[in-house]
Amino acid sequence: MEKFRLVTAAFAISLAALALALFTQLLTSSLPAVERFGLTFLFDTIWDPVMEVFGALPFVYGTLVTSLIALLIAVPLSIGAAVFLTQYVPTRTSYLLSFLIEIIAAIPSVVIGLWGIFVLIPFMRDPLGTFLVECLGFIPLFQGPVFGPSIMTGAIILAIMIIPIITSITKDAINTTPELQREGLVALGSTRWEVITKIILPYARPGIIGGVMLGLGRAVGETMAITMVIGNTPSIPASLLAPGDTLASVIANQFSEATSAIHTSALIELGLILFVITVVINICARLILRREVARE
Amino acid sequence: MSSEIEIEDLNAWFGEKHVLKDVSMEMEKNRITAIIGPSGCGKTTLIRCINRMHETVPEARVEGRILLNELDVYQEDPVSIRSRIGMVFQRPNPFPTMSVSENAVAGLKLRGTRDRSVLAEKAKEVLMAVGLWDEVRNELNKPGTSLSGGQQQRLCIARALAVEPEVILMDEPCSALDPVSTMRIEDLIYRLRENYTIIIVTHNMQQAARISDRTAFLYMGELIEYGPTKRLFEKPENELTERYISGRFG
Amino acid sequence: MNLRTRKMKGNAMIILVALAFVIIMIPLMSMLYMIAIRGIGAISLEFLTSLPTPPGEPGGGVGNAIQGSLMLVATASAISIPISIMAAVYISEYRGKLSSAIELITDVLSGTPSIVAGVFIYVLIIPRTGFSALAGSLALSVLMIPTVTIASYESLKAVPNHIREAAIALGVPKWKTSLFVVLRSAMIGIGTGVILGIARISGETAPLLFTALGNMYWNEGLLQPTSALPLLIYNYATSPYRSWQAQAWGAAFILLVIVLLLNIGVRIVARKR
Repeated sequence: MEKFRLVTAAFAISLAALALALFTQLLTSSLPAVERFGLTFLFDTIWDPVMEVFGALPFVYGTLVTSLIALLIAVPLSIGAAVFLTQYVPTRTSYLLSFLIEIIAAIPSVVIGLWGIFVLIPFMRDPLGTFLVECLGFIPLFQGPVFGPSIMTGAIILAIMIIPIITSITKDAINTTPELQREGLVALGSTRWEVITKIILPYARPGIIGGVMLGLGRAVGETMAITMVIGNTPSIPASLLAPGDTLASVIANQFSEATSAIHTSALIELGLILFVITVVINICARLILRREVARE
Repeated sequence: MSSEIEIEDLNAWFGEKHVLKDVSMEMEKNRITAIIGPSGCGKTTLIRCINRMHETVPEARVEGRILLNELDVYQEDPVSIRSRIGMVFQRPNPFPTMSVSENAVAGLKLRGTRDRSVLAEKAKEVLMAVGLWDEVRNELNKPGTSLSGGQQQRLCIARALAVEPEVILMDEPCSALDPVSTMRIEDLIYRLRENYTIIIVTHNMQQAARISDRTAFLYMGELIEYGPTKRLFEKPENELTERYISGRFG
Repeated sequence: MNLRTRKMKGNAMIILVALAFVIIMIPLMSMLYMIAIRGIGAISLEFLTSLPTPPGEPGGGVGNAIQGSLMLVATASAISIPISIMAAVYISEYRGKLSSAIELITDVLSGTPSIVAGVFIYVLIIPRTGFSALAGSLALSVLMIPTVTIASYESLKAVPNHIREAAIALGVPKWKTSLFVVLRSAMIGIGTGVILGIARISGETAPLLFTALGNMYWNEGLLQPTSALPLLIYNYATSPYRSWQAQAWGAAFILLVIVLLLNIGVRIVARKR
């Protein structure tokens, strides 16, 4: 009788063992790099496999900047779309249109990357990049030559990929707003938009923040699509329109070509950093969303 | 075969909450014992202690003895006890993934009976016993949940009968049903007493008066009064009982 | 503000939120259009069934990549599905400190970046065994197990408690109740999770880069390196050869059709319930 409990417990514990193994394997395999570079690994801006100088900063920078810009693009669009789908569209239509957004989440990353190479990069090069330089050129971030593959291109790709999750969680959060409160304000003669901004969005805010965090976690760990459009240049460019690199991208690009043991170890340390960042972000997101569920 | 139940100094808790206090009583063979009392008085917990369902809830605890024909229920394997003491729940709960006939013999099947002809025969037998056979004989392969509420509850009774228990516990079996279905189930319960010891929890005093031989009144976890139904309803000895059955209760 | 300007503001906002939706649709429509236009053009019987040709030579196909993808996904599913369902049964049916801890760990694991799964399996086994389809499947399993576990325990938890009680009260042992009553009641939800998990790993590339590696020939077993559709798309898309780039669109079309069919199929089944 208790045998079954033990068997299922063994399987459940194997998941914990997997998590533990993931962490320890990455840690032990990155030890050579940790021992050799210490903390300077995190702050060094030079990554040169030939000279065996390895600094993670360009990739940490690239990862964070692309993810943050992606959020700047994705969050307003996602909240707008969520409001549109929950407040202004009949249920049946909403179901269909939501499905369209969810299709984006189902498209494999590498397929989005393919589209990025052949559609987004040319589009970036010509109208969009030059347009950004003309309009925002007074900001240093938008100065200098326009490249197709760039940090900005990567950020746009990430934004496209995280919109579905943020939209879907925002929609859920909006749908939990108590009907009573809405009706209260409508009875006071408020317009629909006022109900949305004064009641619904404030009520849904913790849920939306949780969704944004999950989107951030997704963006930070995203690999293929961004690798295919960011230009894979380990530097910290002044301009967002210049190529860069991310933690995930440099691993994807260099891991199988790494010849020296220290190069491999440095790449694994980048993987460890990436893993730790995503774990922290995801735990925060879950905590926020769980508190949400508890509140209901 | 039918058996008697003897409860000695039963105490039960949910976490810190003491829900049954020193309850001692006997339930006679081939009789219907009704347990009445206001909601939260512990009547459901009492019968759930008898087939050891109480302890399946996290943080639940039991002390005291319950004897099934002088066999201490709490010294035995709970699984085998539950096959000797059947239970019918407040809401009809047929298995949604099983057909009518599969539901009727679910207990046998899940406990290892494979022989199809045995199962089919048993299904027919118990469906007849609950008066459902003629109503569903052409719908045996439909999902159990496709029946009406009253039919579902009779199916659940059939399901309990199929494992050949000695005692049947019923936890407000009619509370989710319409009056006509309730009447049919009451008739059925009354007939079942010939072969089983029946303990029924009800919040419906008329129901207790109509079908039971003995009635126990429970209040805040304590057994206040227990006696022949007719006597208890006509001449309650305790003031609390009197106030409860005359409907003068908060 | 008077009512008229308030109403006008409201109307302007409708346009704005609708516009947000439209902007989101632009890249999606562009993707679907390009993949359809370029992809269908690349597809032929030869494309589906033959081996790749060296770059520059005309013809060739993705037969071995399709074969490899099937092999990887089937193996990863065979590893992941039993582990995930059994772990989910524990999490849902034996509530307690341990199961809550494992639930949280599973949640966190589900956020593992796909490239990290690849690195993990690489350091775990590749130096000893070399690149292989099995290693690729293991890397995919690292991603699939948390996803399927979460979907499974959510469906199991959604099974009403009175179903469990009904079985236990019949004298059915707990393990049989969990396996034959609760699990059976949750089957649709679990199946949905499994199929979505399969759809997800079918498109994963990063975990395969340095585990399954890729292969120009037919796969001869789990212990050999293997090609896969996503790997091929990546290699061809980033190559300088026009014929390979054209074939990347064809492969993307096949992959997308498979993934979307799985997603849509699951929805139709789940909605019927």
